[in-house]
This record gives sequence, C-alpha cells and structure tokens, in this order.
Amino acid sequence: MKKYMLNMKVTGNDRLHANYCLLRLTADQILPEMQPGQFVQVHVENSPTTFLRRPISINYVDREKNELWLLVQLVGDGTRKMATYKVGDIVNVLLPLGNGFTKPETAAQNLLLIGGGVGTAPLLYWGAVLKEMGCSPAFLLGARSKEDVLQRDLFEQLGDVYITTEDGSLGEKGYVTNHSILEQMHFDRIYTCGPKPMMVAVAKYAKNLSIPCEVSLENTMACGIGACLCCVEKMNDGHHVCVCTEGPVFNSEKLTWLN
Amino acid sequence: MAELNVNIGALKLKNPVTTASGTFGYGIEYDDFMDISRLGGIFVKGTTIQPREGNPYPRMAETPAGMLNAVGLQNKGADYFAAHIYPEIKDIDTNMIVNVSGSSVETYVACAEKIAELEKIPAIELNISCPNVKQGGMAFGVTTAGASEVVRAVRKVYPKTLIVKLSPNVTDITEIARAVEAAGADAVSLINTMLGMAIDVEKRRPVLSTVTGGLSGPCVKPVALRMVWQTYKAVQIPIIGLGGISNWKDAVEFMLAGATAIQIGTYNFIDPTVGIQVIEGIEAYCDKHGFASARELVGALEV
Ligand SMILES: Cc1cc2nc3c(=O)[nH]c(=O)nc-3n(C[C@H](O)[C@H](O)[C@H](O)COP(=O)(O)OP(=O)(O)OC[C@H]3O[C@@H](n4cnc5c(N)ncnc54)[C@H](O)[C@@H]3O)c2cc1C
Ligand SMILES: Cc1cc2nc3c(=O)[nH]c(=O)nc-3n(C[C@H](O)[C@H](O)[C@H](O)COP(=O)(O)O)c2cc1C
Ligand code: FES
Repeated sequence: MKKYMLNMKVTGNDRLHANYCLLRLTADQILPEMQPGQFVQVHVENSPTTFLRRPISINYVDREKNELWLLVQLVGDGTRKMATYKVGDIVNVLLPLGNGFTKPETAAQNLLLIGGGVGTAPLLYWGAVLKEMGCSPAFLLGARSKEDVLQRDLFEQLGDVYITTEDGSLGEKGYVTNHSILEQMHFDRIYTCGPKPMMVAVAKYAKNLSIPCEVSLENTMACGIGACLCCVEKMNDGHHVCVCTEGPVFNSEKLTWLN
Repeated sequence: MAELNVNIGALKLKNPVTTASGTFGYGIEYDDFMDISRLGGIFVKGTTIQPREGNPYPRMAETPAGMLNAVGLQNKGADYFAAHIYPEIKDIDTNMIVNVSGSSVETYVACAEKIAELEKIPAIELNISCPNVKQGGMAFGVTTAGASEVVRAVRKVYPKTLIVKLSPNVTDITEIARAVEAAGADAVSLINTMLGMAIDVEKRRPVLSTVTGGLSGPCVKPVALRMVWQTYKAVQIPIIGLGGISNWKDAVEFMLAGATAIQIGTYNFIDPTVGIQVIEGIEAYCDKHGFASARELVGALEV
C-alpha cells in the first residue's frame, strides 16, 4: 500500500479521563485507504525530549468526515504533548504503516476481539470493518479500573461487549483470560492487542483450543517504514523481522512466546 | 543556478547529498515519500558476506536529540543482496553504494569481491567502524595498523571507488584517516556512530540488549563537524561528512569544514523527505552567496 506523509489538521482532541485523549485529524485530500491494525507515525513538534516520531494505531477512520482517530494514552512527554493539541493545529503524520488483521474466512465465524488498556484502540476500527463485512464480532475489553475502559459505547454499537477490570469496578473482576465468556462460548478466531503479558496469556489460551490468534505488537520504533531494523521481533524460525513492516499484526504461532 | 555536481574520486554525484547506511534501507523504503533518484547517492544497508540476524531486541534507545542503536548489522548476506535486492535497485538513477562490513580481513575481502561483480554498484563504503559487532568492526577502525591492513587487502580486489568510513571512537581520527589514505582509499566518510549507553532506572537495567550502542542524530553534529575539519587538514582525498545533519544549514557547515559530499542518517526517520530539502537548500545558499558551484563551498571556511 502506498504510504503518505500528510500535514493533518486537528478537528478535535477530547480528554477521555485523565490519562487518555482521542485525537481527530483531517486532511485536505481524501484520506488514503487504511486497514484495521495498521498504524501511523506522528511527528510531535515542540516537545524537546521527543526526537523520534511516535507510532500510534489507527483507532477509527470516519469516511464521512474524512477523519482519522487516534486514541492516545499519556505515558510520557510525546503523548502528553499530543494531548495539548488544539483544533486547527497541524500535525505531520506518516500513514498507513504496517499490515492489518487477517479477514475471517466466512462472515459466520465467531470472532473475539480482545483488548487490554489502550490496546483496544485498533479493535474499534477492526470491529467496525468486520461489522460492515457482515460479521458479528464480540469484544472482550480488559482494564485496570472502570475509568480505563475506553470507548465502551462505541464498541457496544458494533457487537457484544464483555469487560474485566483488575479491581472489579466494572464487569468481571480479574484479567481478560479469566472472563467466563471464554468458558461459555466457542470462538473461531481471536484478535488481540494490549500489554504483552495479556497477549501472551491470550495466545496460550487460543493455542490450547487450537483457535487461530492474531496479536498486535508494540515494539519500540525509529523509522516505522522498514529502514532501520530497530523494531525487530524474533520469530519461531530464528529470524528477526521488522514489526513495522511484517507486523504489527502477527499470527501468534509465529512468535517465540508460546515455546 | 549554481552547479551542484561533485566528484568523489572517479565517482560522479549529481549533488553532494546522499543518505547514510543503515538509515535509508535500500532506498525503496522511501520511494513513496519522494523521488529518491534526485539524491546524489544512496548508501545502502550494511552488508556482510554471511547473513546476520543482528543483536536481540531492544536495539534502540531514544535520546532528546538523537538515538542509540545496536542493530548489529542485520542483513541477509552478500549473495542474497546480489540475487534479490540488486535487481530491484540497480536501475535507480543515482549512485547506489554498498556499505561493506566484515569480522575478519578475509570476510571483508570476500564481501568486497562479491559486490565488485555488480556492474551498477559504482562504489563501496568500507565500514571499519561499527561499534556493535563484538569481533571485527571496532578492532579494525580504532588502530592505524588494523585500519590499513583491511583497506590494503580490500584495495587489491576492489577496482572501483573505495570509500572508507571512519569511527569517531578514537583518540585522533586524523591518524586513522592518514593510514587509510596511504593504504589506497579513494575517499573517507565520517563519522560513524559514537559509543554510548542508556539505563532504565525503573528496572535498573540497560535499555539496549547489548548494554552499549551507537549514538547518532543532531546531538553528535558538533563532534562530527570538528572531526571533518581536522581530517580535511590531514588528508588529500575527498571527505564525505555526516553525523547529525538535519537540514541544509548543517550540510553547508560540513562542506565549509571540508566535506565534498554529505550523508543524512537518522534525520530521515523524522522527515523522510529531508534529503530533497537539503539539496534545494544548498542550491539556494550557493545562489544567494554567489557561488557558481557547490564545489566552491568545500573547505571554504575562513578561520
Ligand atoms: C505499532 C504501535 C502502535 C501503537 N499504538 C498506540 C495507540 O494506539 N495508542 C497509544 O497510546 N499508544 C500506542 N503505542 C505506544 C506508543 O507509541 C508509546 O506509548 C509512545 O511512543 C510513548 O511516547 P512518549 O513520548 O509519550 O513516552 P516515552 O517518554 O517515550 O516513554 C514513556 C514510557 O512509555 C514506554 N514506552 C514507550 N514506547 C513504548 C512502546 N512502543 N511500547 C510500550 N511502551 C512504550 C517507555 O518505556 C516509558 O516507560 C503504539 C506503539 C506501537 C509500536
Ligand atoms: C539504525 C542505524 C543503523 C545503522 N547501520 C549502519 C551500518 O549498517 N553501517 C554503517 O556504516 N553505519 C550504520 N549506521 C551509522 C550511520 O550510517 C551514520 O554514520 C550515523 O548514524 C551518523 O549519522 P546521523 O547522525 O546523520 O545518523 C547506522 C545508524 C543507525 C541510526
Ligand atoms: S522501526 Fe525502523 S525498521 Fe521498523
């Protein structure tokens, strides 16, 4: 897919609780085709300690408004700077980068999209595209606490939503892999994005039941376009591959996590 | 309009602006963002005779004005390059230069011989300075004896333009530059990355899997510029200057200090079109200051 460098204009930037913001961006041109699971590289200007671009997943693409949504967790100087962007500000973005999730074989398959924390970001767009394709995706969202469950109302418009929180303030108490729905229902495919320990647990669960599982990695990146070889993940066959070009979405069987 | 073309030995560049090895892939990664054939040259990824998987992740640590890397020369080897990558890049209308690394004199020579067979590769850049590789790399580039030995051996088998890339991790870079000039290098490029380190205080562990790594980006520019200036006064062969260049002004500084051409490395990650802007900036600078050719900038520093 052709990549673009766009100067995008901020159309909205909403704080979702203290630690997250939803940044909405538009461009003069019609936004190029983007696949769920792909990401963008944001140039964060005027943040003295932020030198490299910041990789952020595509949270949603609103074709009617020609808007790209980025759901950002404020963890350091770069993301905190992004949270200060005002409507009308210009942000330089490389997009779309990497490969997206693999489509299910048939619309009848039971699909479960499991997200942890801000890792739910790419699952919103994926869920929306799956629904358009005639699938009925279900979502299992895990978070530390009630406030960290993001965009719940939007997920609920796309399919059944199951929630776990570590403190039990919403949904079932515990981790996503403890949720009772995993005992009650059979799923044909699982897609997951979130903290690595969570994805490892999900991948192990899927492997035990021989369910195909795709995980979305967040290795630290420099270029984001396959030029620097900084973002590599070791595959089962011993080779290092770039997460930015071969991923960020991988079939979990290819990773060394399950060994 | 000023002339921009420059020569590095027998190698003709349409302009002095090239991209640095390990930061520009094989050029094609940047194809979508700009017309890469406008560059004076592209130094492709470090290549070794045998395939290398490189160092374990994490290989990168950001700093406020640069980054540390410990990629460790991951590449698929010279045979794979010749069979699969060369056909894809050979018709790009600029100088495609292969950065050659090794772990012994023999492996450097074998890799240089293999690349010499490729008609459309007009030059190699010998990386005697990579700080990531435990054997080789470092050892050659930091002593005059090691540097001359490997350059002399490669010179015997490599008839085209031989550029030798110098390490800044030495006491006196001019000694090494003189040694490689005497050993038959057609040009030197400098600098490679500077040895550095980063620590994660929460984990009380190094950030990089290799503990130390190579520093690059705007933070190294003053050091690189100083080394280019010193080397310019020490050798007769042309110099390709690099280290932290992020705009045309930086590039002009390197040329005034004595560089005939420049490379842009890490900054390509921030702005993949920076090369084009630097070309245009040098041209505008020459016109504004009445230079008929970019060649007049080389070493034009008034001290
Ligand atoms: C493909 C990809 C998609 C991503 N999608 C999103 C997204 O949709 N929303 C979002 O909020 N974040 C996402 N991230 C993570 C995001 O890029 C980092 O949180 C961000 O770069 C941190 O920048 P900073 O300057 O705020 O923090 P820094 O000061 O750089 O770091 C602050 C802390 O965050 C940690 N950190 C930095 N980068 C990463 C990383 N890549 N993975 C895990 N921890 C990291 C650091 O170790 C440090 O402890 C994604 C990362 C990748 C690689
Ligand atoms: C990710 C990365 C990989 C690199 N790989 C190589 C390499 O394979 N061979 C080499 O000679 N130099 C390599 N370098 C060094 C650069 O070519 C350059 O010398 C250095 O980064 C300084 O220039 P800069 O500050 O403009 O980046 C690498 C640098 C980076 C950042
Ligand atoms: S981030 Fe540079 S190759 Fe992936």
